[in-house]
Amino acid sequence: MADSTTQKTKAAPAESVSLMAVVAPAVGWLIPGAGHIIQKRWIRGALLFVSILTLFLLGLAMQGRIYKANGGDILDILGFVGNVGAGGLYIVTLAMDWGQGAIAFATADYGTKFMIVAGLLNFISIADAYHIAIGKKQ
Amino acid sequence: MTITLNHFSAAAVFALFASIVFGITHRETTREMVRYGLYCFAMFLGGALLAGWAMWILRR
Repeated sequence: MADSTTQKTKAAPAESVSLMAVVAPAVGWLIPGAGHIIQKRWIRGALLFVSILTLFLLGLAMQGRIYKANGGDILDILGFVGNVGAGGLYIVTLAMDWGQGAIAFATADYGTKFMIVAGLLNFISIADAYHIAIGKKQ
Repeated sequence: MTITLNHFSAAAVFALFASIVFGITHRETTREMVRYGLYCFAMFLGGALLAGWAMWILRR
């Protein structure tokens, strides 16, 4: 009896935050930092946006390569997973057919890694936005 | 537009932006975020410098 009462008490707050817990990570994936901004963490959101965007754009400017969906080499698959984390930036890059440079010099390889890391950092940012949404973090 | 960065400037740019994200996402208060961001930045750059010197020593 006491157990069922406790479960009901715990379930109520979870339902009330469920919408933001879904929307914030989704928006944060599409636009880096937006998951924080819609939860009124303006400065954090802006800093995340600038950091991830700059890293991704620098990667493009360094002639980095973007990975497409593939079922080949494990490193190519992991590269794709990293790139997908950048969300909207990745979609725009694919749509504009950017990031097709052949890796002919060292900085192009750095650029490829910059874009992968930008995506991975956005995954961390998404997780943080989720933690804020469920009240685990301020 | 093509940007060409040398090894150190690429490492510094990477360290800067990764540290900002780490600081914001891994700590609770603003003060802790700044401190952890600075710590990560120092560790990234310090690690790169140490690794560079280690490779230079190994090469000799």
